[in-house]
Amino acid sequence: MMRTLLVRGLLAGLLGGVVAAVFAYVVGQPLMDAAIEVEEAAAHGHDHGDPLVGRGVQSTFGLLVAHAAYGVAIGGLFSLLFALAYGRFGAWSPRAYAAVLATGAFLAVSLVPFLAYPANPPGVGEASSVNARTAAYFGLLAISVVAAGIALYVATRLTGRWGGFNTGIALTAGYLAVVTVSGVLLPGFDEADGFPAELLWDFRVAALGNLVVFWVVLGVAFGALAQRSLPAHASASAQATGLRQAGAS
Amino acid sequence: MTQAVAIPAPQPVSIPIREILPYAILVSVLALAALYFVSTDNNAMTLMAEGYVHEFLHDGRHLMAFPCH
Repeated sequence: MMRTLLVRGLLAGLLGGVVAAVFAYVVGQPLMDAAIEVEEAAAHGHDHGDPLVGRGVQSTFGLLVAHAAYGVAIGGLFSLLFALAYGRFGAWSPRAYAAVLATGAFLAVSLVPFLAYPANPPGVGEASSVNARTAAYFGLLAISVVAAGIALYVATRLTGRWGGFNTGIALTAGYLAVVTVSGVLLPGFDEADGFPAELLWDFRVAALGNLVVFWVVLGVAFGALAQRSLPAHASASAQATGLRQAGAS
Repeated sequence: MTQAVAIPAPQPVSIPIREILPYAILVSVLALAALYFVSTDNNAMTLMAEGYVHEFLHDGRHLMAFPCH
């Protein structure tokens, strides 16, 4: 069963990556080009010199490969998350699990790091700080994923005692407290000086939209595939319970 | 006479952790390696001195909101 889910995850991730790449090309690339123009016009801009890989390749094939690789990797990890969670939170259908997990994963993997360290177009961000920015971004990403993972595990233990609603509220609040404090304590970077504000905003919205497109396609596609490969099992105990209730009434 | 008959809700059967674990280890390692290539700015410096991989994946990295130069 795990093998089946893994293949489904890789396929759904690939589809999500390809669809997101199309979105990124249509919505994001014009903004990318505009940002590179601003970058090159600015005298203090980071000098790229002659690109090793032409802009035409970077903005098409490179864009597609980057998204596809990201999609396959995340899709594989998503199938593991699904396999671990499925059947452990309640009697939902496979596609309901996929939808809830994809929403949660988007929150923990994409949105929370984005809110603290939003996407930057070329021309924003100093070359000298890239290592610090990378460390801070992945540090917050790691904290967010670990905190969400702990919350999920605790939820499986607590739901029986507190009920799903109270458990969900308490653990969501705990998760948000952890990532909020982490985001405040981790270093901030103020490196957009002189860059057009409207273009920066549009680029960030496009990048966030790109991530939303990816996670929505992954969640829906994986849910549809898993729904077919995991037929709803009416277990013997559930049937027995149902029959007893029918007989007693 | 009408009688309410409880229809059993389909019960999802969870997958044993033992079955997931080997896949989890292998997929995690491979996926993190792939994500390292796509998402980090300095992969090219450490793994390919010329920076081809870095530039090839440049636009995707920016639009997927990863930090870059």
